[in-house]
Amino acid sequence: MSNIIKAFEKGKAFIPFITCGDPDLETTGKIVRAAVENGADLIELGIPFSDPTAEGPVIQGANLRALKGGITTDKIFAIVKELRKDVKIPMVFMTYANVVFSYGADKFISTCRDIEIDGLILPDLPFEEKEEFLPLCHKYGVDLISLIAPTSEKRIAMIAREAEGFIYLVSSLGVTGMRSEINTDLESIVKVIRENAHVPCAIGFGISTPEQARKMAGISDGAIVGSAIIKIVEQYGKDAAPYVGSYIKSMTENLVL
Amino acid sequence: MTNPKGRFGIHGGQYIPETLMNAVNELEEAYDHYKNDPEFNKELTELLNEYAGRPSRLYYAEKMTKDLGGAKIYLKREDLNHTGAHKINNVLGQALLAKKMGKTRLIAETGAGQHGVATATAAALMGMECVVFMGEEDTKRQALNVYRMRLLGAEVIPVKTGTATLKDAVSEAMREWTRRISDTHYCLGSVMGPHPFPTIVRDFQAVISKEIKEQMLEKEGRLPDAVIACVGGGSNAIGSFYNFINDESVELIGCEAAGRGIDTFETAATISTGKLGIFHGMKSYFCQDKYGQIAPVYSISAGLDYPGVGPEHADLYDRGRAKYVPVTDDEAVNAFEYLAKTEGIIPAIESAHAVAYAMKLAPSMDKDKIIVITVSGRGDKDCAAIARYRGEDIHE
Repeated sequence: MSNIIKAFEKGKAFIPFITCGDPDLETTGKIVRAAVENGADLIELGIPFSDPTAEGPVIQGANLRALKGGITTDKIFAIVKELRKDVKIPMVFMTYANVVFSYGADKFISTCRDIEIDGLILPDLPFEEKEEFLPLCHKYGVDLISLIAPTSEKRIAMIAREAEGFIYLVSSLGVTGMRSEINTDLESIVKVIRENAHVPCAIGFGISTPEQARKMAGISDGAIVGSAIIKIVEQYGKDAAPYVGSYIKSMTENLVL
Repeated sequence: MTNPKGRFGIHGGQYIPETLMNAVNELEEAYDHYKNDPEFNKELTELLNEYAGRPSRLYYAEKMTKDLGGAKIYLKREDLNHTGAHKINNVLGQALLAKKMGKTRLIAETGAGQHGVATATAAALMGMECVVFMGEEDTKRQALNVYRMRLLGAEVIPVKTGTATLKDAVSEAMREWTRRISDTHYCLGSVMGPHPFPTIVRDFQAVISKEIKEQMLEKEGRLPDAVIACVGGGSNAIGSFYNFINDESVELIGCEAAGRGIDTFETAATISTGKLGIFHGMKSYFCQDKYGQIAPVYSISAGLDYPGVGPEHADLYDRGRAKYVPVTDDEAVNAFEYLAKTEGIIPAIESAHAVAYAMKLAPSMDKDKIIVITVSGRGDKDCAAIARYRGEDIHE
C-alpha cells in the first residue's frame, strides 16, 4: 500500500494534473513545487503518449508539445527523483498502457517504487485487463488506480470492491477537457462506490472553476483538475509556474466547506 | 494471467477506457445472440447477395499466369462488390447488428475511404445517421471518396491530430464513441481494436475464404497452394485466410506496406519492423519507438498506412501459420500498372501490394501450383495519386 491515503487525511483533496515536459522538464519541476506550496494534496504527473485516446484537445496538445521537446520516460523518472528530495506529498503517474508495457512493466513499476511514485492511472487499462500490471504493482507497492465512468452502471460495485489507492470517478461522457456543466448523477454513483470501496473517491474530467471543484469535492473526497491547468501552461510556457500556483490557490482555498 | 477474453494467443484483449466497457460488452452480447439467429443470417445473406452482389467471382488470370510463367493465378474479385471493395461485407453485418441493437447512428474511421464509403452506403440504405472520421492527409489523397461519402449523406470530419492519417482517425472515432454511446454504434472497419471487434469483423469477412474454397473446389477440384492478400489492419487478409487456417497445405501470405522500404522510417510494415505493444484496444505488434510512442508510419496506400496489425494476424505470425512480407510503394505501383495492362483490371493500390508479391512468387512455383490473390478493392480512387507518383498532375 502506498501513501495515497495521506492526501485525503486533511479533508477534501485537491489533485492537479500536470503533463511532464510541457513545455520542458525544468518548468514541470517548478509547477509541481508551486502546486505543493499552494495546497495541492496529491499530484498526477502525465507521462506523454503519442496517441492519447482518452484526452481532449488541450491535453493532446500538451502531450505533443512535450514529445516534440524530446521528453522520454527516463528523463521523467530523473526529474521525479530530483523532486522527491523536497516534495513529500503523494504523486502518481498518469499514462497509457503501452508506455508501461514497452518500457518493461517490471522495470517501469520497480522504478516507480524507487522514486516514490505512489500510484499509476492508466485510462486504457479497464478492470478486465488489470492483471496485466496488478501483480507487479502489488510486488512493488504501487497502487493501480481504478476509474469509474458515468456508463459503468452495474460495474461500479465490482470495480469499487477491488479498488486501491483512490477511485478516479470520471464526471461525464467523453474525453478530458473543460465543461461548462456537469450533468451526470454523480451522487448516486458515489453512493454505490462508498458502499463497496475501502478507498477514497475523487472526481475528475471537466472541472475548471473553484465552484465546480467545491461542488465535486463536496459530493466525493476530492477534485482532479487537468485541462484548466494545462491551458495556463500553454499560455505562459516557461513562466507558467506562478500562474498555475495562484490558480491552484484559488481552487484549494475554496475547497474547504 | 491476463484476461483470456478475446485473445488470439497472447494478442487481443480489451484495452479501452472504462467509459466504453459496457458498450463493448453490450455489443458482444448482441453479437453472440444474433450470429446464430436464422432470421439475422437470412437478412444478412440477402443483403450480401442482392445488394452487394455476392458471391464475388474467382477469376482465372490466364494472361498474367502465362506472362509470369509459373503458378496458375486466380483473382478473388472483391473489387466487384458494391462500393468497390471488401469493406461492404463487414459493414452490412455491423449495420444490421447495430440496427437490431436499436442504434440509430453509425460512426466510422476510414483510411483510403473505402470503409467510410461502405459505412455511408449502409447508413443510407438502413436510414441511419453517419459520421466518418478521416485523417486530413487522407482526405487530400482520396478526395473522390470524401465526395462519395458526402453524396451518400454522411458527415466527413477531417482529423488534424497526430499524423492526420488512419491511426488518428481511429483515435478520434474512439473519442467520439466515448462522448456518445447510447444511440451510436462504432462501425470499426478492420480486424482490430478491442474485443469483440476483431472477431466480429473476421466473421463477416470470412465469406471471402468460404467462397474461394467452394469456387476453387468447383474449378480445380482441389485447394489452392497459396492465398495472398494485403494487410493493413488485416480485414481482407483474415477474410481470405480464415477458412484455410486448418488446411495446412495452403500457404497464407500477408503483404504489408513497406512504403519506401523497411530499412527506412517511411514504412508501415508492422510485422517486419514493429514490436509487441498495447494500443487502440488491443495487444499486438505496433510500429513504435523504444519508449512505446507510436511511430508516424508511411505508405503510398492510405488504407495500409496504419502502425498496427490485427491481433489474429499477430498470432498467426507467432504460430508460423501465416507469413508476412513487406512490399514497397514502387513494387505496388508497378503491380497496379501491370494488372491494368495485363488483365484489364485496375486494383486498389492496397490490393496491388498483394499482386506485387504474387508477381515475385508465381515464377518461382511450378505450373501445377495454384495461387489466389485477393483483389480487395478497385483502383479508380487511386488513379490521381498514382498519376502524381509518376509525375503527372491530373484533375479529377
